[in-house]
Amino acid sequence: MESAIEVRDLVVERGKRRVLHGISCAIPAGSVTGLLGPSGSGKTTLIRAIVGVQIVKSGTVTVLGRPAGTAALRRTVGYVTQAPSVYADLSVRENARYFASLYGLGAADADQAISDVGLADATGQLVGNLSDGQRSRASLACAMIGRPGLLVLDEPTVGQDPVLRADLWAKFHALADQGTTLLVSSHVMDEAGRCDRLLLLREGRLIGDDTPAVIRATAGTDDLEEAFLRLIREQEQAVPA
Amino acid sequence: MKLGITFATAGRILRQLRHDRRTVALLVAVPTLLLTLLYFMYENAGPTFDRIALIMLGVFPFVTMFLVTSIAMLRERTTGTLERLLTTPLGKLDLLFGYGIAFGLAAAVQGAVAVGAAYWLLGLDTVGNTGLVVLIAVVNAILGVALGLFCSAFARTEFQAVQFLPVVVVPQLLLCGLFVPRGQMSGWLQAASDVMPLSYAVEALAQVGAHADPTTTMWRDLTIVASAVIIALILAAATLRRRTP
Repeated sequence: MESAIEVRDLVVERGKRRVLHGISCAIPAGSVTGLLGPSGSGKTTLIRAIVGVQIVKSGTVTVLGRPAGTAALRRTVGYVTQAPSVYADLSVRENARYFASLYGLGAADADQAISDVGLADATGQLVGNLSDGQRSRASLACAMIGRPGLLVLDEPTVGQDPVLRADLWAKFHALADQGTTLLVSSHVMDEAGRCDRLLLLREGRLIGDDTPAVIRATAGTDDLEEAFLRLIREQEQAVPA
Repeated sequence: MKLGITFATAGRILRQLRHDRRTVALLVAVPTLLLTLLYFMYENAGPTFDRIALIMLGVFPFVTMFLVTSIAMLRERTTGTLERLLTTPLGKLDLLFGYGIAFGLAAAVQGAVAVGAAYWLLGLDTVGNTGLVVLIAVVNAILGVALGLFCSAFARTEFQAVQFLPVVVVPQLLLCGLFVPRGQMSGWLQAASDVMPLSYAVEALAQVGAHADPTTTMWRDLTIVASAVIIALILAAATLRRRTP
């Protein structure tokens, strides 16, 4: 399968601390890949390297055939940061229309993205008055405008109502079916089963990179949380601390 | 830089301002109220009011726009919207000029109200044209915007950003010729005053106060202030990094 993202020997240092220790992986195009790991495992740093805003020490990141962060990619990569990065003093509609205008798109595209994330009832509200969950969906809407080829979402479902969370995952898969590649990070293992593929990250190292089915089979358990634990123990035995 | 994006950004910033009614009210009303205060302070001092009020018409937009911009830009940095914007097709100059245009327009409204009040209510009298006073006020406001955009890079919090006011603005106020004529300052103070853009803005205003037609000195001063704006914007662009540690 064709890769949308290829990471090779990626090393990132923040300050004196090494956050990513030589990560290599490939993310297939048109799929939903989950990036899972506890908080502090380096998920956000890897995501930042993929969208091209992270200074890297060594290694390469190739996105849709170009080096990450290339100007041409700014049209095709949608990025949602962990903290909702939308303007609190603008309404949902004003936010979406502004981001649409950056891609040369109009009000119709903005309104479509708002209804896609289930905020059609709140378009006129100031983002600052929304609940946390609504606010992060407003942020998501701004990234979905213009149907980017790659959507990189840092913990988009945190604080969402379970029904909405299911809706969002359905939306992600619908987008993937239309050819969009999605990379979704989460620290909640119960979301892992919803992904086509998983990357398991711990302390800056990749300890799993496969489909949920294969990860379950290898670890010999149906529970992904338990599978993650077994992978960690295996790794610790292989490389004594 | 793409004009569509620049103007969309300016529109977005003005929309943010529009939702903040109290800030708009303060921006528009405060300079006029302060001028009124000056009027009563110098009630019997004749031309002194004319001299000081004219300088203040240039100083207020500079100070307010510096403050407003440095906080607004700091928010873009701390809330993550800046990082996000820099992953979109928006160019650095689109953002900086967007701020310049938006707050420049806000300053034009502020300046027009303050100038209107000063001339018609408070009896300010200048030999030169009122339109030129508004023009200089707007250029000063944009200078404040440009310096605010630049200084916001060196602040991590709003507390720090506000502290740049005494660092960047107050020395320019003290040395611009308002308190002591620049010619009477000692050599090193004059030299310091010579490299501060506000000195030229104040001199330009004094020219409008004393001459019926725009003078060469006034145009030269205005050019110097405009050049300072360009330099500050280039420096501000250098502080916007697409990749960060």
